[in-house]
Amino acid sequence: MNAEDRVTGKPKASRDPRASRQRLLWRFRILRLVRPSRVSDDSPAGDDSAVRRRLGFSFWLAVVWLLIMAFVAVCAPLLPMADPTKVAFSGPREPPSLDAWFGTDALGRDVFSRTMYGARISLAVGGFAIVFGMVVGGSLGIVAGYFRGRLDQAVGFVFFVLLSFPALVLAILITATFERSMLVVSLTIGILAVAPVGLLSRASTLVFAEREFVAAARVLGARNGRIIVRELLPNVVIPMGALTLLGMAVAVVAEGSLAFLGLSVAGEDAISWGKMIVDGAGLRDLQNATHVTMFPVAVMFVTVLSLNFAGDRIREYFDVKELAF
Amino acid sequence: MVEQASAPAPLLSVRDLHVRFPTERGAVNAVNGVSFDLYEGKTLAIVGESGSGKSVTAKTLMNLLPRTAQVSGEVTYDGQDVRALAAAGTKHFFGVQMTMVFQDPMTSLNPVKRVGEQIAETLRYHLGRSRSEALEEAEELLEVVGMPEPARRVSQYPHELSGGLRQRVVIAMALACQPRLLIADEPTTAVDVTVQKHLLDLLDRLRRDRGMSMILITHDLGVAHGRADDVAVMYAGRVVETADARTLFFDMRHPYTEALLRSIPRIDDPVHHRLDPIPGRPPELIDPPEACAFAPRCIYAQGDCLGGVPELSGLVGLHRFACLHPTGTERGMAAMSANRAAGVTAAGLPVADSGGGG
Repeated sequence: MNAEDRVTGKPKASRDPRASRQRLLWRFRILRLVRPSRVSDDSPAGDDSAVRRRLGFSFWLAVVWLLIMAFVAVCAPLLPMADPTKVAFSGPREPPSLDAWFGTDALGRDVFSRTMYGARISLAVGGFAIVFGMVVGGSLGIVAGYFRGRLDQAVGFVFFVLLSFPALVLAILITATFERSMLVVSLTIGILAVAPVGLLSRASTLVFAEREFVAAARVLGARNGRIIVRELLPNVVIPMGALTLLGMAVAVVAEGSLAFLGLSVAGEDAISWGKMIVDGAGLRDLQNATHVTMFPVAVMFVTVLSLNFAGDRIREYFDVKELAF
Repeated sequence: MVEQASAPAPLLSVRDLHVRFPTERGAVNAVNGVSFDLYEGKTLAIVGESGSGKSVTAKTLMNLLPRTAQVSGEVTYDGQDVRALAAAGTKHFFGVQMTMVFQDPMTSLNPVKRVGEQIAETLRYHLGRSRSEALEEAEELLEVVGMPEPARRVSQYPHELSGGLRQRVVIAMALACQPRLLIADEPTTAVDVTVQKHLLDLLDRLRRDRGMSMILITHDLGVAHGRADDVAVMYAGRVVETADARTLFFDMRHPYTEALLRSIPRIDDPVHHRLDPIPGRPPELIDPPEACAFAPRCIYAQGDCLGGVPELSGLVGLHRFACLHPTGTERGMAAMSANRAAGVTAAGLPVADSGGGG
């Protein structure tokens, strides 16, 4: 029987509970975390014969770790932990114990609470940097890709200048010139993210702008601004969003590198994983008090690994999705 | 016969439309002097093969051409100059007065937006509906276009619908603001034959119910048959024959129209009957020779066909054709028998002595 012929009895379904559950599912689908199980045309709801793609257990493990780190970062001052800046002359370089789970550093400060506090700057800098890159690079890329012509050339020139400038030199230049507040450090890394993100969004804009739904929007009366925001942006955001976590991993590592050069956020109160690693990186500490560097290194490692892992799964997931269209 | 002065003004009137695309190899003359009138409530079918300029004509009407295109000519909608309106960026004209349905429903819907939202958006933008009003109206529109289970469909994404259903969504979007003119650019090319018929019948019904005018662009004369009031056959950027549908199908004058009709397989043909294709290929549109563009493929071609581009005869609104040796006339018959006798046309196309008559 031809699908087109089938007209079901009820023209207007009432708002039954299943419909609301469906609606909830759609909400998730916007985030593209739950993939539609029904791909076919008119099969009546419910037959789940279509293959459901999953992100997998390890993906969710990574997500749980990231959520824990995010929670700790946000709530650090509220958690029952030692003051991370309190210097205790009695016990420098104490090995891990029940009192100080990760031990103490050269100044007798609690490494566990410092590591937890360190998540604040590391994640904030990483997150802010990638958001900045997404917003600035993303919008430049879309505008350039949509309008083409001279604007595209100008934006492309800026991107290539940014890309060909040695990243570390640029970072050192900025952080050495300005006061090293969290904003400046984040912006530094963010500026480095602009060009790669921008090139990505420009490339996917070029693809989507050729699709007929853009022309369709135009014949329905939409003009440039509306087409960019309502038609292109929702499409371009997906490949960009898939790269957010990967980008954040790079940004967290970049902050660590800056810290190693002594160029991360200034001040004793500003604890970051990178700065902690530097603190414990003296030869004596590395030999006798390995825990001072190993714990922040481990936490940073697991966090970056989780970001990469989750990010990579998401990217894979959407790549296939793109092909499916 | 002359054009009646008392007749109502056409809804859409196109005069001497030319479109050129500059390319590295030279200018492509995609449309070369197309003129037609479309009256309120009528359907005009524009028929032609790929590259005949039919889609470019439609895109010109909808202001969809790339900026590099050079357009000249006059397009008047309800007394207003469409190209001036487009240049001025007039709000609420495209989409409200005239709109278009595209060929491929796979790409003409935004893949990341629910179909209900896509329909509702037009309503909210042009008619200022609230979100919930617009969504309700979207559901009604889906019902109008014969979508099964419209209440469920509004919250689905395009990839969950089949090609035929997607095209229904596209049609619903186009109809949202009750346009007076709908341009359908090969609306059924991308769907299979049974769905084609459903969609064409749907468009026809909607046009009648809503008193819309329609331009139906197709490469398939069969699609135009029975649904169009007037038919314009395009070849190499020109209208080569135009008439009311009956005249065109039963009393055509241009050999190209005749060849197109003859190439359609018939149900009463014997099994394994050889199809009757048009020999040769469509002409290049870069630097076309000053001759009838169809002459190299035409079994009627004579020496004078190669001497210049034949003009469209008659007045706009009448049966017009651009041919020096029209089929079904004495000149045509003479040309055909001369070519048969010689075994070759003036343009060098071999002609079998027997074979289908003119």
